[in-house]
Amino acid sequence: MATDATAPTPAHDPAERVEAIRVEDLHKSFGPLEVLKGISLTAHKGEVVAIIGGSGSGKSTCLRCINFLETPTSGRIVIGGEEIAMRADGSPASRKQIERIRTRLGMVFQAFNLWTHRTLLENIIEVPVHVLGVPRAEATEKAMVLLDRVGLAEKADTYPSFLSGGQQQRAAIARALAIDPSVMLFDEPTSALDPELVGEVLTVIRDLAAEGRTMILVTHEMKFAREVSSHVIYLYEGKIEEQGPPEQIFGAPASERLQQFLKSVH
Amino acid sequence: MSGLRDWLKPHRIVMIALFVALVVWCAFTLRWDWIPKYTPLALQGIWRTLWILAVTSVLGFVLAIPLGLAQAIGPWYLAYPARVFCTVIRGTPLLLQLWLLYYGLGSLFPQYPWIRESDLWPYLRQAWPYAVLGLTLSYAGYEGEVMRGAFAGVGKGQLEAANAFGMPRFTVFRRIWLPQAIQSALPTLGGETILQLKATPLVATIAIVDIYAVAARVRQDTFIVYEPLILLAAVYLAIAGILAFAFKKLEERVPVKTG
Repeated sequence: MATDATAPTPAHDPAERVEAIRVEDLHKSFGPLEVLKGISLTAHKGEVVAIIGGSGSGKSTCLRCINFLETPTSGRIVIGGEEIAMRADGSPASRKQIERIRTRLGMVFQAFNLWTHRTLLENIIEVPVHVLGVPRAEATEKAMVLLDRVGLAEKADTYPSFLSGGQQQRAAIARALAIDPSVMLFDEPTSALDPELVGEVLTVIRDLAAEGRTMILVTHEMKFAREVSSHVIYLYEGKIEEQGPPEQIFGAPASERLQQFLKSVH
Repeated sequence: MSGLRDWLKPHRIVMIALFVALVVWCAFTLRWDWIPKYTPLALQGIWRTLWILAVTSVLGFVLAIPLGLAQAIGPWYLAYPARVFCTVIRGTPLLLQLWLLYYGLGSLFPQYPWIRESDLWPYLRQAWPYAVLGLTLSYAGYEGEVMRGAFAGVGKGQLEAANAFGMPRFTVFRRIWLPQAIQSALPTLGGETILQLKATPLVATIAIVDIYAVAARVRQDTFIVYEPLILLAAVYLAIAGILAFAFKKLEERVPVKTG
């Protein structure tokens, strides 16, 4: 059973819902292989949309199409009411527009991808100072607040390679927060971590969800997805197999594939 | 003081003693009385060697960046010529390149009146522009190959993160890609720069009086053979040591966890 993506979730009053991201009929092929076969999803302001699914289901690709790290084959992507102009082949019509929209999307990667030649502090002020034109002193002050928030204030002058995976990922979240993103995109943020380090990263993400940040979260952590998300999308072979509020998806899954998937990951 | 005491291990004491003995032996048994007379010329020679090394390494490296980039990601009409250039430079002796430039261009240019009448002519009649050009192209050819690998070796995720935050393409290059490529190429670049130092004596063959030429001059004037060569070796060793130290400091600017 597939419910309407825009169906209101209990946590939110429909009257106040402002659309943050809308994806319509997104297709993506790598050569002859069609990875996404028409995905539509909407994230409203303050919502946490969790995308779950087995490996190869297209969930990471779907997320990466939103900020055009992957070029969609076709579809529409509307961010904060602004539609990304696409050519017929799906490639962005304007690199300028993509760059502007990307500065509003805070991306967190599976492999952290902190810049290895810069300290944590330098990583966090890099985009504010060199892309957004924030004065260095102001950016530094804010970066220190963010580092403190993720518990890494005393590591400000450390290079990423000296930190654990959990610390690197928390710093990467601080880097994404530093641009004041309207939406945070998480691409399996805990998949590359040792099990004992997963908790510290989830705690940070949980705090962000609690303060009402809009987030799209691709994850393997089912318990966590159930806890923080307001809407869950289950992808199977590039299509939305089932979606709905977490209680329904995890408590009473309708689709047989979803039932099997949930059994296999528990 | 305990630092010094720790450093003074038996094998180091023996090596220092041997070195001091060698210096003392050289000082007292060999002839050094020619030094005062040639000191001004030698200082000038060292200066020439140093600036030729510095200018050609810097210019060569500036050329190596587009050469490496063209080979790493350029379209075929840029990648192919860059590859041909690097192959030709690396596949022919530097001495031959220098002579082709100096004797080839040097005899070609005077045939054109507009060159002879140009403001550049006073320079083109001298040897150093050809030496600088030859050594610059040589360094560029080798380092272009090094930078090709360095650019290709920067992690995809590093560039992806920069793109994901909306960095304009040139900013990605200037702030992320180039610094990381240089950082990873530094050990090789340090070695190549020392090789470049040791290539500079070739300019003596086109009548530039660098430090090597000064040593040759001493031999011709005084028939003293070994002493100037020993001193010459010490000068090159000292410059190479300073270069190695400087590159080590550059590498340490970004600490990397080992082990």
